[in-house]
Amino acid sequence: MKKQKSKSLWYDSWRRLKKNKAAVVSAVFLMIVCFCAYFADWVAPYSFEAQDASKILLSPGAEHWLGTDSLGRDLLSRIIYGAQMSMAVGIFTSLASLVMGVIYGAISGWFGGRVDSFMMRFIDILYTIPALVLLILVMVLFNSLATELDPKDKALYGTFVALSIVGWVNIARLVRGQVLQEKQMLYVEAAVSIGVPSYQILTRHILPNILGPIIVTLTFQIPANVMFESFLSFIGLGIQPPYASWGTLAADGWRSLRTYPHIIISPGVILFLSMLAFNLLGDGLRDAFDPKARK
Amino acid sequence: MHLKKIFYFVLSMGLLMIFFDLSEFEGPIVDFANFSFAFGIIALFIYQVFAKKMSYYFLKRLMGASFVLFIIATTTFLMLRLMPGGPFDSDKALPPEVLANIEAKYHLDKPMIEQYVFYLGDLVKGDLGESYKYIGRSVTDIISESIPNSIKLGLYSLLLAFLLGIPLGALAGAKHNTVWDTSAMFMAISGVALPSFLVGPLLILFFTFYLDLLPPALWESPVHYIMPVVTLGLRPAAIIARLTRSSVLDTIHSDFVRTAKAKGLSASVVLFKHVLKNSLIPVVTMSGPLVANILSGSFVVELIFAVPGMGKHFVQSVTNRDYPLILGVTLLYAALLVLANLIVDLLYAVIDPRIRLSN
Repeated sequence: MKKQKSKSLWYDSWRRLKKNKAAVVSAVFLMIVCFCAYFADWVAPYSFEAQDASKILLSPGAEHWLGTDSLGRDLLSRIIYGAQMSMAVGIFTSLASLVMGVIYGAISGWFGGRVDSFMMRFIDILYTIPALVLLILVMVLFNSLATELDPKDKALYGTFVALSIVGWVNIARLVRGQVLQEKQMLYVEAAVSIGVPSYQILTRHILPNILGPIIVTLTFQIPANVMFESFLSFIGLGIQPPYASWGTLAADGWRSLRTYPHIIISPGVILFLSMLAFNLLGDGLRDAFDPKARK
Repeated sequence: MHLKKIFYFVLSMGLLMIFFDLSEFEGPIVDFANFSFAFGIIALFIYQVFAKKMSYYFLKRLMGASFVLFIIATTTFLMLRLMPGGPFDSDKALPPEVLANIEAKYHLDKPMIEQYVFYLGDLVKGDLGESYKYIGRSVTDIISESIPNSIKLGLYSLLLAFLLGIPLGALAGAKHNTVWDTSAMFMAISGVALPSFLVGPLLILFFTFYLDLLPPALWESPVHYIMPVVTLGLRPAAIIARLTRSSVLDTIHSDFVRTAKAKGLSASVVLFKHVLKNSLIPVVTMSGPLVANILSGSFVVELIFAVPGMGKHFVQSVTNRDYPLILGVTLLYAALLVLANLIVDLLYAVIDPRIRLSN
């Protein structure tokens, strides 16, 4: 007997994504970046902190591919270790805001009525505070509440907490809208009528159906958070030394822009390429999941 | 149509102001233009409130906006006062008597509720208190000194974003699936992905160090404006371009466009008068969030180009624990955002009569 290949929604989307060359190249690029970041100890040619006083501020060359900084540290290695921090911040804060946003949005959308309008009013208020202002306020608050932590760890955790808190509003809005839509569907009515409890309807029936748009939002949230983190670190409020992310590396380079421009350009370019890849992949995913585009 | 007339009046006065600013023109005529612009905006608001159809909706929006501001003021106040560590915990320990005097001066010895009442009362009077760090200077002073620079930077960037983004997006949408479309969209997606701390330094390297054409920093004459405005405006321009493109693609297949084509109108008339005009509504909706985007971006840009604006003060006030300044700047940013959203609502009514009638 000939086996019928499944033509599920996921398979369909996957096939459409594979056809999108830009998205595939972006995905491969991002995988390489994440791989290098995760196995930085093996991949990086030099140690993260190894200083060599005889080789400070070298231009890119055979020995140090991207040159060295003012303390004689290899820039390529620092960028690889910086990727660890930038990617970790981007991915974990997005996941945290995803969890918060999905729970909040699902509750708001599922119960509706007064609960919904109260919960959404709160979201509206959060929405009017500029993200960066909210971010900085949360970080300030966190910094003064977690007094027992080391200052450098405090800045690190503060950045994580602040970015997670800022990102969830968008996701909550999206999930609420989707849940409101799905609630009208017949399969939900069927589930309700056979007595499936609310949380099971949400987790087993509605959530898998709205996973597409959620994944797309996540792919756009990660680069936004990476960018935000580098902004914060660049203006001196985010990650503190000895930790390094692409933002702090760029901030280091900014101080010696005139004489040694390569120090700011290389972390900037790798950040740019990663942002580009995330955006292209996000676009590809959106097109792949978009029901309007389906034939 | 009164609304349209007032709108065009405001628009022309705004353009006049920009012209005066860029040509560094001074004199009573500048004050007149500023005054007319403000007058026009207020007239637009009043018209909206009293025009029969919109009044209820618009009043509701106004009330909502002031409620949001009140909530933000309260939250920032609570957040900052609940934090351990006072603004006067510096490296050098102050004698207790001196500390008590300072705290008495700023009402820090009073209970929270009383501090809050003091604060709200002053706020209503437009008094944001005195800065803790810059002794003897009021927050209102510091803000009013730095905000014109930030507003100018933001407005010019927004203008650049529209002037660059809309044509680019329209081009891409009209020539869908051609080389034009692909290259325009590649530019747009790059613009979204470019961090401003890469664009800014690259511009400085090229135009200052290599070509020696533009000054690398400060905010004194229109020559100084160019690089910060480009750096800040690039990202919003890219966002607008993508939005315009998808909106044009949505509109271009509508029946009225087919009718217009069937009437034998030229391609450019169809594009500009029929397609683009109807595609701009989502773009206008986006300008509220765009203002927030520009506000956030201005922190980095002001740092890179040493623009004496609000961003610098905000970052410094946070590290200095200068409570009144933090509160003032936060409130102001929120107010700007709320105001931007209100103006977007006003523009809605001008652009799309359907919205005016249905609400």
